[in-house]
Amino acid sequence: MGTTEFGELWDKGLKDLAWEAGVKAVEAAGIGGKDIEYIVFGNMSGGLFVGQEHVAALVADFMGLNSTPATRVEAACASGGAAFLQAYMAVASGMYDIVVAGGVEKMTDVGAGQAAAILSGAMDYEWEAYFGATFPAVYALMARRYMHEYGLKSDTLAKVAVKNHYHGSLNPLAHFRNRITEDEALSSPMVADPLRRYDCCPVSDGAACTILAPLDVARKYTDTPIVIRAVAQASDTLSLLGREDLCTLRATVKAAGKAFDEAKLSRKDVDVVEVHDCFTIAELLALEDLGFCKKGEAAGLYGEGQTYVGGELPVNTDGGLKAGGHAVGATGIKQIVEVTRQLRGEAKNGRQVEGAEIGLAHNVGGTGATAVVAILSRR
Amino acid sequence: MAMSNSGIPQHWRTMRERYRLLGARCEKCNTNYFPPRNVCPKCRRRGKTTQIEFSGRGKVFSYTVINASSRAFERYMPYIVGLVQLDEGPRVLSQIVDCKPDDLRIGMEVEACFRKIFEQDDGGIISYGFKFRPYDNSWAKDFDGEVL
Repeated sequence: MGTTEFGELWDKGLKDLAWEAGVKAVEAAGIGGKDIEYIVFGNMSGGLFVGQEHVAALVADFMGLNSTPATRVEAACASGGAAFLQAYMAVASGMYDIVVAGGVEKMTDVGAGQAAAILSGAMDYEWEAYFGATFPAVYALMARRYMHEYGLKSDTLAKVAVKNHYHGSLNPLAHFRNRITEDEALSSPMVADPLRRYDCCPVSDGAACTILAPLDVARKYTDTPIVIRAVAQASDTLSLLGREDLCTLRATVKAAGKAFDEAKLSRKDVDVVEVHDCFTIAELLALEDLGFCKKGEAAGLYGEGQTYVGGELPVNTDGGLKAGGHAVGATGIKQIVEVTRQLRGEAKNGRQVEGAEIGLAHNVGGTGATAVVAILSRR
Repeated sequence: MAMSNSGIPQHWRTMRERYRLLGARCEKCNTNYFPPRNVCPKCRRRGKTTQIEFSGRGKVFSYTVINASSRAFERYMPYIVGLVQLDEGPRVLSQIVDCKPDDLRIGMEVEACFRKIFEQDDGGIISYGFKFRPYDNSWAKDFDGEVL
């Protein structure tokens, strides 16, 4: 597995990013390109960001594997997670032995206003975006409602950003590697009230790649294969209009329930978590919906460093989407890569969770119309 | 983007619903939906959906003030987007107008009004539809006629 740096990478195009992540993954796995039987790549909108569709075959070609079957998977910001499930099914079904699950997005060739318009396609275009709703706006509607129902204060949101920037500062591939203070977060410009600039993840370029194989095959290549204990996906209404409860992502609840059942593990078993923090409020909702705390109580995990590396439940050890960066189609795979690094004990610069045995990755599309939860373990 | 350069039919298709706030009602379970749905998700094939015109009255369920928009809405910034719970049940997302952000409250009574939604660049279409404004019945105090 491997990822590119995430960020504004003006000198790298979509092909360069995918190729770089692919090479890193193949080299780390010690396999030859010709061993790869199938390629699944997550990509939200190559067409609108860089005018390029048919992305998976293009990626395969530029990896030097131009006869290998390759398919693009799209589920907005959960494209990576959805691609991971497809790759997992391809291996689990017995059809293929060695499968690439990757993701790529090249987002910074367009301006901010255009990027906002493209991303708003992940919600209901006709009845949300059409009326002027942006992505930060729909998460702001959730945040405002959550504040109303559970008394959440902005300083807890700021604590999420401060923590993720701290973890980002330990990750040389993160989009933002600067630490910030709570005051800086709370005085940053308003984007969509109550969400400020530091509540929002950036628009990033980046790619990530993993290689999946049956365990007995994987053992031929490595002494430290990471076991996929479960991958589960669920859907919900594309728009917020049809959600009874704005403070929960039902797709996350469903996918998490299924994943924990399949893995036969409990929440207490999990040592490290990557959640989809496209906005700070989303990290709080995720921890509740994944079952790590009760609804309305996530703020309690941000008082005494519980979610930092070294805490009880380290969350987003690579900086998450907030500081690590959010290259939408690549994010779900980037999360899997970070969890894998943690489980192998390969996270450097003081961000290794000591003795991490079990990790979870949680990837969301839109405002929760798609959620993918993967649980991995060291053995 | 679709919004800035798409053709007329995409806007024309949803015009009636957008102009008159039309939704769907399942005659089997009496649930109202917005946006309109071809099938009731609760009853599916056993249900039967018909069109319903909503009164336009409702309460603010959540809201935000937008300071960074997509290109089509830049000229309106800052503007308020709200999720409104209609009296008939479903929720609708649109802009809230004729109201200062500081005066907004969750639970505030609002009513639909007919406004311009956005203008396409370069002489393209101008889209109209519902927005919401604070409900004001102060006119009724001095009115002794019959409301038709």
